[in-house]
Amino acid sequence: MSFDDWILALHVLSAFALVGAMVLFWILIVAMRNLDSVGDTIAFGRVMRVGTGVVMAGVVGTILFGIWLAISLDAYEVWDGWILAAIVLWAIGTGTGMRSDVEYRKAVTRAEELRSSGQEGQPGELRALNRTSAGLTMHTISSLAIVLILLDMIWKPGA
Amino acid sequence: MLAAIRPDEWNWALLLHVGGAMILVGGMLTAASALTLARGHAGVLRLGYWSLLAVSLPGYILMRIGAEWIADKELLLEEGVEEPDWLGVGYLVADTGALLLLIALVVGGIGVYRLRGGKGTSLLMATMVISLVLLAAYVVTIWAMSAKPG
Repeated sequence: MSFDDWILALHVLSAFALVGAMVLFWILIVAMRNLDSVGDTIAFGRVMRVGTGVVMAGVVGTILFGIWLAISLDAYEVWDGWILAAIVLWAIGTGTGMRSDVEYRKAVTRAEELRSSGQEGQPGELRALNRTSAGLTMHTISSLAIVLILLDMIWKPGA
Repeated sequence: MLAAIRPDEWNWALLLHVGGAMILVGGMLTAASALTLARGHAGVLRLGYWSLLAVSLPGYILMRIGAEWIADKELLLEEGVEEPDWLGVGYLVADTGALLLLIALVVGGIGVYRLRGGKGTSLLMATMVISLVLLAAYVVTIWAMSAKPG
């Protein structure tokens, strides 16, 4: 196995981490839609933290090892159209994904505040935060960008 | 490099294989995380089990169909063709993993049913252990399938 083979393996593993975490967040978005209690929101929020850690590893790994490969392999250049498209999509996916995380984290943060002050909050308050439409929109855009990257990586248009 | 040696007509099979595998891993990641971090919370335990059943299992089926499709296109299943090591790893983990996934689903299903009576957490712990083992095996397999040692 060459060094580039290792980098490719790490690039692909990072991609799996990224998409795996994206799937995790979709499952949580659906599962948390009706949560309105402090305990439930905090309990589900623990799983969300795992997703955040994994998605960060995926985001950093895909771009780092991907650009490394583009520089290292003779067949590709960083300025190839399909690679530039992937970088742009990666930036869109990362930006919207981070924004989505901020929106969904509000519910967990609020639940933790309520717990620390010994309150349960107003009925519907946490449910509204768990159903954030801004978060859902951002996560949908982020997911579409990642799916487009996957298609781009497989078809490699212009390569 | 890969694009130069892979005909375009293989791409749909590859997409099905890789896409299915990513869904499988995502479901397994959710299941393993939820079952590990549930701390007895029934809702999170159910989330872990349903992630396995409703996400990982369909992902596995898509991945396996895609695997056969692409292996057929690459003529890797032809008689007289020596099976590469990475393909052997893939088949070993896929077949053994299917059995383990099935056991995890049956055991976890009984556990989720017993949650109604306040029991079943120990069975879901067994499902958690299997999920963690499968997740680790999938990481090794992804490495083998992408780096293709041997």
